Amino acid sequence: MSVATAETGIIGGIAAKFRTCPATGLKIDLAAEKLIKANAVAAVVFLLIGGLFGLLVALTRWPAVHLLPSDWFYLVLTAHGLDVLLLWILFFEIAVLYFASAVLLSCRLATPRLAWLAFLLMIVGGLMTNVAVLQGESSVMFTSYVPMKAEPHFYLGLILFAVGALVGVMVFFGTLVIARDERTYEGSVPLVTFGAITAAIIAVFTIASGAIILIPTFLWSVGYISHIDTVMYKLIWWGMGHSSQQVNVAAHVAVWYAIIAITVGAKPLSEKVSRTAFFLYILFLQLASAHHLLVEPGLSAEWRIFNTSYALYLAVLGSLIHGMTVPGAIEAAQRKNGFNNGIFEWLRKAPWNNPAFAGMFLSLVMFGFLGGISGVVLGTEQINLILHNTIYVPGHFHATVVAGTTLAFMAITYLLLPLIFQRQVIWPKLAMIQPYLFGIGVAGISLFMMGAGTLGVSRRHWDITFSDATVTFDYPATAFLMMGLNGIFAIVASLGGILYILITVGTVFFGKKVDASNVVASLGPMPEKQVSGAVHEYGSAGTWHLPGTYILVSVFFLSFVLYYFVNWKYLSEVWPLS
Amino acid sequence: MAKSAKSAPDAAQAVRIPVMQKVLDNPFLLLFLGVVIPTVLYIMWGLIELTQIPLAK
Repeated sequence: MSVATAETGIIGGIAAKFRTCPATGLKIDLAAEKLIKANAVAAVVFLLIGGLFGLLVALTRWPAVHLLPSDWFYLVLTAHGLDVLLLWILFFEIAVLYFASAVLLSCRLATPRLAWLAFLLMIVGGLMTNVAVLQGESSVMFTSYVPMKAEPHFYLGLILFAVGALVGVMVFFGTLVIARDERTYEGSVPLVTFGAITAAIIAVFTIASGAIILIPTFLWSVGYISHIDTVMYKLIWWGMGHSSQQVNVAAHVAVWYAIIAITVGAKPLSEKVSRTAFFLYILFLQLASAHHLLVEPGLSAEWRIFNTSYALYLAVLGSLIHGMTVPGAIEAAQRKNGFNNGIFEWLRKAPWNNPAFAGMFLSLVMFGFLGGISGVVLGTEQINLILHNTIYVPGHFHATVVAGTTLAFMAITYLLLPLIFQRQVIWPKLAMIQPYLFGIGVAGISLFMMGAGTLGVSRRHWDITFSDATVTFDYPATAFLMMGLNGIFAIVASLGGILYILITVGTVFFGKKVDASNVVASLGPMPEKQVSGAVHEYGSAGTWHLPGTYILVSVFFLSFVLYYFVNWKYLSEVWPLS
Repeated sequence: MAKSAKSAPDAAQAVRIPVMQKVLDNPFLLLFLGVVIPTVLYIMWGLIELTQIPLAK
């Protein structure tokens, strides 16, 4: 039986073919569906490549293994950052943007041909930059700080990729206009779409910053410009480099809301509150880029403190709000589903054997406890000094980008496979353990890198034993232990990542076709054997009776305050006053 | 008709959309704010400070 009937809709004089999703009842533009598939597949391919490079990095930084020679280490580190921080994430985000606009708003995608051009530009740009790195003359790492110079096609590839991504974002905004003009929804867009709008807005600033600095850097690499100021480069580059990770935050929070809506029927606790939190992201989240420049000369204390300690805290407030409203929405929905006994029955009886829900919840907890708290510590000018440019920084962003974003994207894949690819997940039992395996691995990576960073271990350092250095330094033995544990947990995370890729690729090629009779079952175990309209409708849960959530949030706050002040104590020990 | 039976203030009350909701429902206004604020506070302010660093002699 066919999943849905394809129908032709002529809206606004432009023909588009739709099918009706048997699970959600949404009309899905077939052109949008193909583009979502293409971008998601490209994302997974680059995750595979970048993830394997990441394993090589971790095995080299494991002192007992020390796998690669120094030139290969920096080459692989450059490729790892490029493929996972930029290519995997942005391809998947473009897929999320098309899903959150054309699918959730039941409208046609604006200019599918332009969207394919965007995809092509991103593919060509991504491959070109990878080739430049693998040729060996562009090991400038992800940040590509001048005066280190890469081959011109390294920068050209990045520019093409950025232009493609920008065109994709414009297609998303165009789709919003179509949906509004053709009245495919009433009132406000759904919260998931609003989160995607937030991500898209931050993406525009991100890509514009990238263009402002990468175009002259490309011209410098071919000899048309003689000099680029290093601090100016850093300032503008981080407008792209850090903001691109803020796109991730907005996108994965939107994905959290989508997953809990589909799996447990959760509605936002309050549309107003959640949208205000996203609004704080729009206004202030990009300013956190400044924490990368907290030790640069030439920038005033006013600039630094405003952009970090004031603006960043307002963005953090947005994350704190989501940190309460996401588990709160789950609790409200689960209590409505009948899990009302005691304070935590709603949590105990959540669908932990559904990889989408489990991955989402692990992403939420690890993003908050590991990535969020460490982000505030790094964003505070004074205590940043004891951790700046140590391996604590990659520890922090592995908690945000890998545990937070990547795990959330992996989680929603288990819903996109049946809903968009129309395939049942193969190996459901392995899929059930995949988020835990990957999550435990990434939690270990983040914690042990942050631990080593607290002991002073530098980031991007090939050999912490200083075996062939003229001037040496002895790190404490615990630092070596931390780097070894980091390597072990990188292997665990890699196993989780490989499992994810095998399951997703296997499902796309060999998964059983989904039809109306099995589509809901294909979404995995859920308390309600139906998909509610929560993901594509406006509306709040209408309750604040959330005793379990209040306890969880209190535990988080206590951890936050304790860890924050522990770092001030570390700082006080750096310069004894006696 | 049901609609015309409503008094004018009631009808106005029924369709009144709060200002903040209007702001949040306008993606292009949000886009403007989301690009201009970091451009001014982070990039332009930062660049102005960098241009004021005296050149070494």
